[in-house]
Amino acid sequence: MINNSNFNQTIYNKRRRSNWLGLTLSMFAMALGMIFLLWILSVLFIKGFSAIDWNMFTQSTPAPGSEGGGLANAIVGSLMIVLSCTLISTPIGVMAGIYLSEYGGKSKIASITRFVNDIMLSAPSIVIGLFVYAVLVAQVKHFSGWAGTIALTLIAIPVVVRTTENMLQLVPGSLREAAYALGAPKWKVAFSVTLTAAKSGVITGILLALARVSGETAPLLFTALNNQFFSTNMNAPMANLPVVIFQFAMSPYDNWVDLAWGGALLITFVVLGLNILTRVVFRAKAKG
Amino acid sequence: MNTSQSSDMLTPQAERILKIQKIQDFVFHKSTLFFALSVLVALIGIIISLVVNAWPALSAFGLGFFFTVEWDIINGQFGGLIAVFGTVVTALIALIIAVPLSFGIAVFLTETCPAPLRRPLGTAVELLAAVPSIIYGMFGLFIFAPLFAEYVQPALAGSLGQIPILEYLFAGAFNGIGILCAGLILAMMVLPFIASVMRDVFEIVPPVLKESAYGIGCTTWEVVNKIVLPYTKTGVIGGIMLGLGRALGETMAVTFVIGNAHKLSTSLFSPGNSIASTLANEFGEAEPGLHYSSLFALGLALFAITFIVLAIAKIMLARMEAAQGKKT
Repeated sequence: MINNSNFNQTIYNKRRRSNWLGLTLSMFAMALGMIFLLWILSVLFIKGFSAIDWNMFTQSTPAPGSEGGGLANAIVGSLMIVLSCTLISTPIGVMAGIYLSEYGGKSKIASITRFVNDIMLSAPSIVIGLFVYAVLVAQVKHFSGWAGTIALTLIAIPVVVRTTENMLQLVPGSLREAAYALGAPKWKVAFSVTLTAAKSGVITGILLALARVSGETAPLLFTALNNQFFSTNMNAPMANLPVVIFQFAMSPYDNWVDLAWGGALLITFVVLGLNILTRVVFRAKAKG
Repeated sequence: MNTSQSSDMLTPQAERILKIQKIQDFVFHKSTLFFALSVLVALIGIIISLVVNAWPALSAFGLGFFFTVEWDIINGQFGGLIAVFGTVVTALIALIIAVPLSFGIAVFLTETCPAPLRRPLGTAVELLAAVPSIIYGMFGLFIFAPLFAEYVQPALAGSLGQIPILEYLFAGAFNGIGILCAGLILAMMVLPFIASVMRDVFEIVPPVLKESAYGIGCTTWEVVNKIVLPYTKTGVIGGIMLGLGRALGETMAVTFVIGNAHKLSTSLFSPGNSIASTLANEFGEAEPGLHYSSLFALGLALFAITFIVLAIAKIMLARMEAAQGKKT
């Protein structure tokens, strides 16, 4: 029955072969992607783990040619810059997200803001560094931790705006209507009902922004610069992990390169950890 | 009757609360609007500051700036061709390698992957996208470039380098670092971005379409090529453009491995420079004047190129979403 005259064995074989070839190649692509990930992570662990010791967290970056040293000043600097960036970008991003979701709707101004926000999301970060240099560093004539914070804030805000808006949109309209029916004013509905319902989603966005800015190097090159010494003065040039890693990795000193690997492992650990945390937070919410 | 009754019931206290709430509403609305507009203001500020600072160089060299090879800091002669060329070529190499691979990954994740592995593998791809670019740069410089110089470059020169026209592309010393190496590292970087966008758009294909194709006896590969791909065409192109935008603007990964040499060469093995790597290397030491301003002109060009690419990506992805809304 099957082998009747209409059945063309050659075409059938050809189709089977191309199917097999396509699927094998796609599997090969996936394997290659996984090999990249494992390769990068294993190199990081092998090179970075030997560099991580107690000194890395207690001593400041070593002077050129001197032995030992650590990354204490860079770690503290990065923490201060990234935390102040989060403190500034969270309210701005969440408020802007509330506008887009609750008030903007399909209005022209909201559409333009959404469009611009999505472009800023992937805009080259080094250009943002140039911008902050031009409007802040060149005006006050010195590099500073604050300049670095502002550059990172400009990168973090679009991430928070996008996730906040998306998460608020997921809140069912009936929840808002129920609050209106009880006589709640719009700001209270937006703030205490919608935002509270979407809380874990919004936190996800903040964590994602945190992960994104923790690894950013380019915008800090001309803003926070670097500082060889321990400093908590946000108004002065400030050591930070990404820039230290960049300078040390490019240096001819072996102990500097080792420290760069240690710092690289630390940063990757934090960034990937935040990404995984984001998933956990969001999944816990999705189940609950 | 009813309304008058209810308004009679409003005590002065209730009226006061109503008034306060109205003011609060107004303030809240306008302040959220203010913060939303701050995103627009930031963009306009970036464009204005780039143009203002780039103006001295652009007026001194004219539009020829972007077609001039010379980059002479001592004599104050600047042209952006090398950097623009390096940026475009590395990004194109990255796309040529990353697009087919990400297509494969997306097909695997949506069509052939066993269900229990689907989520962990998808997460792994997304984690690969989250690794900071400076890590890719270090990995490229210390691990990838030496291996590349020892094994891949001689192999390429020995095979493709023997073909008459292609020989120009694969000539020169085997340094490891250079345009091709930067393109490969960029490919590794944008691969997960493009793959996860493609996977997301593949997933919105209505199952009933695929099932009917399977029902008339299509193979998986035919379903992918004749059903999924045509259905998601705009989304796929949008994803590719998004990856292109990333590749063009990437700084750290490129700066480590491109070689940072201001010369133009036909060989992909030779060191070069991209806009972002030029900025990263030279901006810190640039004296105010034409050098400083030329760097801003490069930054402006980079911003303009990525803006256009990302805008196209955004429009295509939005069209994809709109079409989906209509069909379902």
